[in-house]
Amino acid sequence: MSMNTQGRPTAAGDAGSAFRPKTFTGNRALDMEEPLLFEIGRLDVTGVDLDEPEAFEAELGAHARKSGIGLPGLSEPETMRHYVRLSRNNYAIDAGLYPLGSCTMKHNPRLNEKMARVPGFGDIHPLQPLSTVKGAVELISELGDWLMELTGTSAVAMSPKAGAHGEQCGMMAIKAAHIAAGRDPKIVLVPESAHGTNPATAALLGFKVVTIDAKEDGTVDLTSVKKAIADNAGNIAAIMLTNPNTCGLFERDIMEIAAAIHEANAYFYCDGANFNAIVGKARPGDLGIDAMHINLHKTFSTPHGGGGPGSGPVVLSDRLAPFAPLPFVRKSASGLEMVETEAGLKDGEKPFGRMTAFHGQMGMFVRALAYMLSHGSDGLRQASEDAVLNANYVRVGLQDLMTLPFGVRPCMHEVLFDDSFLKDTGVTTLDFAKAMIDEGYHPMTMYFPLVVHGAMLIEPTESESRAALDLFVATLRDLVMSAKRGETERFTGAPYLAPRRRLDETRAARAPILTYQDPVPAMVTPAAAE
Amino acid sequence: MTTYYSKDHEWIAVDGDTATVGITDYAQSQLGDVVYVELPDTGKALKKGDEAAVVESVKAASEVYAPIDGEVVATNAALVDSPANVNEDPEGGAWFVKLKIADKGQLADLMDEASYKAYVETL
Repeated sequence: MSMNTQGRPTAAGDAGSAFRPKTFTGNRALDMEEPLLFEIGRLDVTGVDLDEPEAFEAELGAHARKSGIGLPGLSEPETMRHYVRLSRNNYAIDAGLYPLGSCTMKHNPRLNEKMARVPGFGDIHPLQPLSTVKGAVELISELGDWLMELTGTSAVAMSPKAGAHGEQCGMMAIKAAHIAAGRDPKIVLVPESAHGTNPATAALLGFKVVTIDAKEDGTVDLTSVKKAIADNAGNIAAIMLTNPNTCGLFERDIMEIAAAIHEANAYFYCDGANFNAIVGKARPGDLGIDAMHINLHKTFSTPHGGGGPGSGPVVLSDRLAPFAPLPFVRKSASGLEMVETEAGLKDGEKPFGRMTAFHGQMGMFVRALAYMLSHGSDGLRQASEDAVLNANYVRVGLQDLMTLPFGVRPCMHEVLFDDSFLKDTGVTTLDFAKAMIDEGYHPMTMYFPLVVHGAMLIEPTESESRAALDLFVATLRDLVMSAKRGETERFTGAPYLAPRRRLDETRAARAPILTYQDPVPAMVTPAAAE
Repeated sequence: MTTYYSKDHEWIAVDGDTATVGITDYAQSQLGDVVYVELPDTGKALKKGDEAAVVESVKAASEVYAPIDGEVVATNAALVDSPANVNEDPEGGAWFVKLKIADKGQLADLMDEASYKAYVETL
């Protein structure tokens, strides 16, 4: 018989040793230091092999470039490794619970991705003849129908590219409606708990922002709204309000606020960032809302936060419907038409203009509709209910140790804590958030909303299982106890275990370096190459 | 010279007809490291409650409101290049604007140092 005598050791060796080698490369096994593209690329390398063009005549004349542009070249495997290594240092919803309040970092279903890659949706161009993209137009129309159905509204502008862009669209429709009625009001009411983009949108469009105080319980004060309307009689253009608000609370007086606003010949803009808490439960149109953007990338699960572009269609009430911007889909007996220009308008259509060159974020439309249709009406309603349930599960798990600024009461899809539980511990909200990074969690939203001190806004979303929430709650409880025991170092120097330690945000803001700075002449410069 | 304080955490040092306005030490400690300051044009007439200046920290952007009616007669341009001064010397060299007081009666609505300290204690 022949026998393999090259036996390799199979025991664990010194695996129990606490020794940690200082590695030659600086890498720590899978945790690798990755230089910038500019540092690893070379001018004489390219990852693509294009045929030399046959005799051609350049039409650039004196504009033709005479020297290289100094971009680093990499082969395909180098490029892949660069991005894959970087991605391993990144946190993502696919890697773990991502409780960033108000951002709705829910799971992005893979079915959405599959649908977005169907060639009839994925490989088309907005300038293609309409007759060749009928399916895509039908998809835009159907998604718009569902958005109107879920919100109880009459028109939809599909083109805005994100939430703030949607706000701008809605407020421009409101402005157009006032102008059409011969009015020119100058004031927009914005509660102090609003998203920062709300006053920014109003200011961008030339309105003056009047801030509305919050009540002790964190909701908008109806009396303050009425007083602001009375103080500025005839000059109110709109109110911009978020419901549920950024404290995670439902605005119970919303219908009275809508009535007061409408009585003043003004319009009600609702920031739809938190629509995910009420889909299938309440229709904003029934609450008196005239315009609302819908963050498809929050409520309807399309990727965001570095994973994909946003998309912010705006639904409009009867009163604003005529002013919806171009382009829009019109339904007629002969089918669907994409109305692209003012020349194509019919009586009663008075678009205020156009927000984008083309039709909106087509890839996100496909994903959002895939999400809606795969969930069905019962599934969408359950997603809202589970989002609220999960936030309350986290609230109940933490409310004895962390502090609720507005007392112990149910929240909607997110729960807001303030920093009073950290008083006298020497640990700040920022330190607490950084220590969560060492525990493998993306921190919650911090220092927002501004209405509470040292805010921590947690939105677990419906994506998380009970086991995941239990571990998250247990981790935060351990951190709170640790802070209260005076283990300050665990916080003030955190994160200790992340690929990068805490950054100097002050210096980054005061002395930003906005372009790539070659640290050493590591690569051949175009001049030297000549 | 008398110094008054507002609930918006501004100090107002009054010398004759001129009020020098800045933010308090409490305000700078709450803002954190200031990274940007925007000042009004001189000559601008401000009503009480109007935005007089903008101060931005790593954490948040905030308005400095005019605590009283008045015309801007001077601004502290050095703050634009050295916003850190706001953290280092908030109640001294890091004043924001000087206003020509329009109505001295409005000063009665402001707090003295003792009442401001008591107010901060309640926060």
